[in-house]
Amino acid sequence: MSGCLSLRNVWVEYGDTIVLERVNLDIDEGAFVSVVGPSGAGKSTLLRLVLGQDAPTRGAITLDGQPLEPKCTPDRGVVFQRYSVFSHLTVLGNTIFGLECEAAPLTGRLFGAARKRAADRAHEMLEAVGLAEAAHLYPAQMSGGMQQRLAIAQALIKRPRILLLDEPFGALDPGIRSDMHTLITRLWREYSLTILMVTHDIQEAFSLGTRVLTLDKSRTDPHAPGRFGATIVYDLSLERRLAQEAELAAKAQSEGLPEDMHSRQPSITIDKIDNN
Amino acid sequence: MSWLASSGLRTSTKGRNLALGLVPIFVLIILYLIIAADRNAINPAEKITPLPGAMLEAMWGLVFEKDQLSGRYLFWADTFASLRRLGLGLAISTLSALVVGLLLGVLPLFRATFGMTVTSIAVVPPIALLPILFIVFGLGETAKVALIVIGIAPFMVRDLASHIAQLPREQIIKAQTLGASTWQLMLRFALPQAMPRLIQSVRLSLGPAWVFLISAEAIASDIGLGYRIFLVRRYLAMDVILPYVVWIAVLAALIDWALSSASKRLYPWAHEADR
Repeated sequence: MSGCLSLRNVWVEYGDTIVLERVNLDIDEGAFVSVVGPSGAGKSTLLRLVLGQDAPTRGAITLDGQPLEPKCTPDRGVVFQRYSVFSHLTVLGNTIFGLECEAAPLTGRLFGAARKRAADRAHEMLEAVGLAEAAHLYPAQMSGGMQQRLAIAQALIKRPRILLLDEPFGALDPGIRSDMHTLITRLWREYSLTILMVTHDIQEAFSLGTRVLTLDKSRTDPHAPGRFGATIVYDLSLERRLAQEAELAAKAQSEGLPEDMHSRQPSITIDKIDNN
Repeated sequence: MSWLASSGLRTSTKGRNLALGLVPIFVLIILYLIIAADRNAINPAEKITPLPGAMLEAMWGLVFEKDQLSGRYLFWADTFASLRRLGLGLAISTLSALVVGLLLGVLPLFRATFGMTVTSIAVVPPIALLPILFIVFGLGETAKVALIVIGIAPFMVRDLASHIAQLPREQIIKAQTLGASTWQLMLRFALPQAMPRLIQSVRLSLGPAWVFLISAEAIASDIGLGYRIFLVRRYLAMDVILPYVVWIAVLAALIDWALSSASKRLYPWAHEADR
């Protein structure tokens, strides 16, 4: 596995407040990295950095060895907790949007045969997330789970180098959420995705990720809460899960067996995750 | 039956709601007729509350007979002139609201530069500018259309700009990660998201637009619905004024209905909640 995304001694400061400090991180290609941590520990800031929405105050971020520009580009896909899809476009329109932007810089729309080809690709993608039957619906006509499926399809059609998930399943019902866990695991494997997921559900972080990062402040000054920033305090590589994954994938390929998510949850426990 | 949440069965409530909505109008009409009949019984020369027969008689000449002086059917000439001014005013306002509102809403630099100007213009009472418009544009059509535009465009621009500025930031980021340029973001995201709101804002501006139109026509004009009612006021001709007011109300309601159904037809996604 080669290094894909890398952060070197990254600091983020807003005025006097230090949000992140000394963040060093290398994410391998094909990794599923979960980020957990208490509220205000900079989880979202980390995601915004990688997304290009914010620039680091100090330090360097590189993607495939190239310095990351602080702007949002198609090499990083994103799924937010809410508002990830366009309400004025149908499911198909939402999925095809990324292809249209790329192919038609002036009109942002495709016509005729070009549109047909794009629509075929979009249908393939929708098939993969289980929305093939819903292509003509508007997001407002769908459930929250279906909207998140659409948001994933919309992001994946651009084949991003890294997929960023910002509490993607936080607003969903428990039953739907476990369906989505199955889905994202299957997509991650089928499309060999590299995923960085921010979540506050520790269970979810461990059951989905191949690696779990915990962000927190390693030191605090009670008189100046903004004096120290958060950094990565735990970095757990779930090797067992990785091995299991590889084994299962091989098995599934050779036997074509349906896979059961819940039978292979890792048994790692962590007893110290709150603020020091 | 619960008094709230009575919209459970949509198909059956539509006809009922229409019937319910017509009841107060009928009550008002009957109330007027009673009062008018009463007053006419006391005084046959009564002018303030004419009976339908008198109104019909007065309107007949305006609707179906050529005016001897100008050779025009006055009622239709008035209607056409007023609708033309209103249509021009609304069209110019809508177009400028779309362009300026989009730019203000999407581009922070543009907002920083021109936001304050738009707000300052919006707080000036348009009627106070009417003398300036008359001086600058003369007493012709331009001044009247300009009054409508000055009266409603700033509101529409501000409404649209704030609507666009409040669109979820996530969607803009998402569009960018899907490869959308600023131009594509405007064309494929901000513009379609703005359209239903723009139509809504035109509907809300219809009332003020009529007010400015009729004010302008009342002050300086030789044709138009507003001109006519202010003209015949001199003769206490309620038998013309009342039908004209009803006609203005009908026109306004028709325009409103047309806008509303156009929005539902063109942008069904924006009306999911109230369908």
